[in-house]
Amino acid sequence: MKTHMNLTINGAAREVDVEHRRLLVHTLRDTFHLTGAHIGCDTSQCGACTVLLDGKTVRSCTVLTVQAEGCEVRTMEGMDDDPVVRVLKKWFNELHGLQCGYCTPAMILAARALLLKNSDPSEHDVRASLHGNLCRCTGYQNIVDAVLASAKTLQQASLESVEEHAHD
Amino acid sequence: MTEVMDQRATRFIGQAIARREDKRLMSGRGKYTSDFRFDGMAYAVFVRSPFAHATIRSIATGEAAAAPGVVGVLTARDIEGKVGDIKPNWVINGAKVPSHPPLAVERVRYLGEPVAVVIAATLEQAVDAAELVMAEYDELPAVVDAEAALTEDAPLLHANVPANHIGVYRVKGGDHEAATKRADRLVKIRLVNQRLIPSPLEPRALCASHDATSDTLTFVVPTQVPHMSKRWLAEALRWPEHRIRIVAPDIGGGFGAKMHFYAEEILVAYASKHFACPVSWTETRSENCVATTHGRAHVEYVEAAVTLDGKVLGMKVRSFANLGAYLSNMGTGIPTVNTASYVTGNYQINSVDVEVNLVTTNTTPVDAYRGAGRPEAAYIIERAMDAVARELDIDPVELRRRNLVQPDQFPYAPHEAARGKWDSGDYEACLNRATDLIDYAGWRKRQIELRKQGRFIGIGVSCYIELVGMGMSVMLSRVGFDRGGWESAHIRVHSDGKVTLFSGSMPQGQGHATTFAQIVADVLQLPLDDVEVVQGDTDRVLAGHGTFNSRSVPVGGSAAFIAAQKISVKARLIAAHMLGATDETLLYSDGVFVHRDHGESSLPFAQVARMAYVASKLPPGCEPGLEERVFYEPTSMGAPNGCHAVVLEVDVETGSVEILDYVAVDDVGVLINPLLCHGQMQGGIAQGIGQALYEEARYDESGQLLTGSLLDYAFPKSEQIPRIRTSFLVSPAPGNPLGAKGIGEAGCVGAPPAVVSAVCDALKPFGIQHIDMPLTPPKIWRAIQDAGRSAT
Amino acid sequence: MIPYDFEYVRPTTVADAVALLSNHPDAKLLAGGHSLLPIMKLRLARPSMLIDITHVPELRRIEVNDDSVIIGAGLTHAELEADSRLQDSIPLFGKVAEVIADPAVRNRGTIGGSLVNADPSADWPAAMLALEAEMEIVGPTGSRRVPATNFFEGVMASAVQPEELLTRIIVPVLTESVCGYRKFRHPASGYAVAAAAVVLRYDGERCIDGRIGITGVADAAFNARAAETMLAAGFDGRPEQIREIAAVALDGVVALEDGFADSSYRLQLARTMVERALADALKNRTSNA
Repeated sequence: MKTHMNLTINGAAREVDVEHRRLLVHTLRDTFHLTGAHIGCDTSQCGACTVLLDGKTVRSCTVLTVQAEGCEVRTMEGMDDDPVVRVLKKWFNELHGLQCGYCTPAMILAARALLLKNSDPSEHDVRASLHGNLCRCTGYQNIVDAVLASAKTLQQASLESVEEHAHD
Repeated sequence: MTEVMDQRATRFIGQAIARREDKRLMSGRGKYTSDFRFDGMAYAVFVRSPFAHATIRSIATGEAAAAPGVVGVLTARDIEGKVGDIKPNWVINGAKVPSHPPLAVERVRYLGEPVAVVIAATLEQAVDAAELVMAEYDELPAVVDAEAALTEDAPLLHANVPANHIGVYRVKGGDHEAATKRADRLVKIRLVNQRLIPSPLEPRALCASHDATSDTLTFVVPTQVPHMSKRWLAEALRWPEHRIRIVAPDIGGGFGAKMHFYAEEILVAYASKHFACPVSWTETRSENCVATTHGRAHVEYVEAAVTLDGKVLGMKVRSFANLGAYLSNMGTGIPTVNTASYVTGNYQINSVDVEVNLVTTNTTPVDAYRGAGRPEAAYIIERAMDAVARELDIDPVELRRRNLVQPDQFPYAPHEAARGKWDSGDYEACLNRATDLIDYAGWRKRQIELRKQGRFIGIGVSCYIELVGMGMSVMLSRVGFDRGGWESAHIRVHSDGKVTLFSGSMPQGQGHATTFAQIVADVLQLPLDDVEVVQGDTDRVLAGHGTFNSRSVPVGGSAAFIAAQKISVKARLIAAHMLGATDETLLYSDGVFVHRDHGESSLPFAQVARMAYVASKLPPGCEPGLEERVFYEPTSMGAPNGCHAVVLEVDVETGSVEILDYVAVDDVGVLINPLLCHGQMQGGIAQGIGQALYEEARYDESGQLLTGSLLDYAFPKSEQIPRIRTSFLVSPAPGNPLGAKGIGEAGCVGAPPAVVSAVCDALKPFGIQHIDMPLTPPKIWRAIQDAGRSAT
Repeated sequence: MIPYDFEYVRPTTVADAVALLSNHPDAKLLAGGHSLLPIMKLRLARPSMLIDITHVPELRRIEVNDDSVIIGAGLTHAELEADSRLQDSIPLFGKVAEVIADPAVRNRGTIGGSLVNADPSADWPAAMLALEAEMEIVGPTGSRRVPATNFFEGVMASAVQPEELLTRIIVPVLTESVCGYRKFRHPASGYAVAAAAVVLRYDGERCIDGRIGITGVADAAFNARAAETMLAAGFDGRPEQIREIAAVALDGVVALEDGFADSSYRLQLARTMVERALADALKNRTSNA
């Protein structure tokens, strides 16, 4: 059974005919060739399929495409210009927060969500917020360090911006 | 070291350089096998046996074949005579090899064994149609335990394997009978190295496209061994190798599970030609749990012969290795050669008596998983050392010290039957550094104080060793391998001076695009960005063996190093000729050749490269072109080693373990890129902690897998792995030009015994000597209850 | 990985949702979908129709009054976690929400979905019992209220009938109380192997009453009655008394067994969770004072 639906993907309005049972992750990957969301499990646990749905991180493998009718979806491919993502990418690279990269786009989206909610997370906060993003390669330490470093950079940047404006 | 190296101004080797491949991967622009699309691509779904052991009464495919969108359905009958069986590649002497058809013929022997494959236009249609395949089975009794499988009344799996006994492997070195007689005590333990599911985050996937015009198959497969995959596929399909192009793209982790030849590869490749359409297949995680190889799965009975002053005179091991229902690629060698060789560990133990029984059972086939035999060996010797320390009431660190191989003993062979020698190192320095960093003495004091407060702290230490970087082709053949041990490096300098390295190694996250570029750029003294690394495409990399056994840097890296040196030699010849210099008067630094006596005459590397192709002023006898191909045959294997120390607290009310500090001091030889080396250790240690505390693949008696998804198989998460303090002691490997020993698996080898040691140390007041892995909270709590007494 | 096919509808009122349920006995309600879709993907469930109720505004309101909080069943765990008025009024909500699964799951999963699903290892049931919540259920014949103590009937079985919809959860606000939630997570699934939600009511310095909701241990979440009786008889917070209360909390309970934990371990774990939740609650009191 199919439905014709509309949604926004990475800022572009899209229309698609989908079976009701078609998972959002398959529509993104196979219909729209946005393969940055990865499939790592079949029990909604690994988090590798994380995308943003109306600004919130969700497991795209556990959302039906039809549930995204009228919604805004953002995948990692559409986050190149996001300032928080930029900082995270810098630190993930400098601190070696990825090896095979399969968990990474999702991990960065999850980390971004944390930093938007909590600008000064503790290590405990970081680990707690990322425990739905599985990684087999890194042992998590460099990921945690990259997120903590990103938090500092973002705090510094916002302090500087406040100072700048203070002199206006 | 050559002249060229001494004049280097540029140094990349040893630099902690951030990876060049990250940008693409972080942005979601990695290309993994499931990301590939071909026009008209169809989807494959496998039908698998729901039973561990059964005869197949019938398989009816008519309804499935008629279902919407279905391109075709294949069973064993459909491919009979058209494809070959799956053959193991490492078969130790005397091992029986049962036949292993890609789709079950008459009998299924493990839960998840493929019996049919459905190809349909969409994934949804393929999944729907797969349910319509009607297979009828007559269930047979199953056996899942290796020791039980050898007993008289155990069900037999294969006609040519009496008593389910695939084979036996024995190593006797020194004189163990004499050692036993001389010993004051014989310390005995029974160990289980539990079955694990390697669980790379990317499940296995395939994408096959057969081009009818050229009769060529393009086969996208996340393989650690692209050229081996090509060979095996060619053999099974009876196609010439040169008509198969293997493309190994970005791979989401391998860990040993992606270096074998699987049934799905034969079927998907065959289907793409037979049905004349590209075919894509991706396993689900639940499928991965049954259809992709497992790891470890040994039971060992260990006996250490010791003197009262703590000298270990000999090790006796009787091991039962569960290989699963069929022989996987390297299955027979892991529990035998790869384990038995290391049961004396880092110690001067000169006699061994090892017997390993290889057994087939109704379970998923078992093969290499990060460490492949060495974690099992380190566990044997380190748990034995702890047991000896308890028995003799000697501090476990002190006991180790009394037995360690000393720095002046290298190259060291534990006994005359040893397969290789430990090349270099200072094991005591590693032990001292680790115990210092963790503050062993301080924690011993704190441990006593905290016990008075009812808190149970444990301190564990493990030393480990392994030989990696296989290896000498002749030696591999001798132990039963049907593959060589060299690695290839082909360097092409383009006429604009840029360089491409085509390497036979194959990363699944190790960072070769950066590390190998560092090696080549270092030798050639070029900017890193001028060096490109190409791997994984057998049309572009013409030969190789791939990445496993921590061999990429020692073997693949050495090949690249030597190839770069050869390029350098030829470039010098051309440059000298162009500048009118001699070898003595030609200087090279940072990409520029200079005549020592005519400083104003300089020649950038790019110009020399151009001349190699324009060829108007080449020295006599010098062929045009600037490329070199090296097949590097290792002369020995390297011996990474180290000491890991762990401090943890056991919550005796819940059985939970909290690791308070983890220190690793590892000697992996020269570090090409320290940033990546720390990452490899952290990742390996995390997997080792996973084995020690969380992971186990469990079957019930009927052969049903109880841990068939991530709901039950405890893949460690961010809150379950502690901070790990990694550090390195460097003793260069004498056996290769880079001085690198190999690093990829070491963490997995050293971690489990260290963690188990610490937990048992914490529970010593309860009289607990040992608990089998994984040390889950209920197991720890149960051990405390069963110990029957309260903490003294 | 791929569910069976189904019809998909999206009502915008409770009445429409109820009508759809009546007309389609094989239909299932879809809210966050993080219990339903996973089992559909494994092909263990085959509803003919999914009724998506995430666009029914009545289900997504929250009213914070002085004496009670009324929570729409369609609110997500994340929304409850982030609602500061709710946290101020009933802090137990925050303590529980933050240990449910992970942030991405919390962005979709709803409190209503969790309660109706009645997984024996889910978190909200324990909290609802400890808070003496009431569930408002709407069906073809009208609406009714069921106290939490009668709501959780068994494994995956709640008081909500097939043609009914859980619409709101009514939670009384206690003027002087402290709370705690301790959960021992299954290392693989993250579900509660045993968890205890504790609410202690005070009158000045005296603890006069308490409720202890336990999940993960039995077929359904339950109140630890014997322990609650002890609390009502006078609780001074001494460690020995905490231990005594915890010791009786699981009396008479038949515990679940699985591949990870047998019943004796589970019971012992539950006792420990009760102890630690009580200690946490007391700590909150001293920090509030």
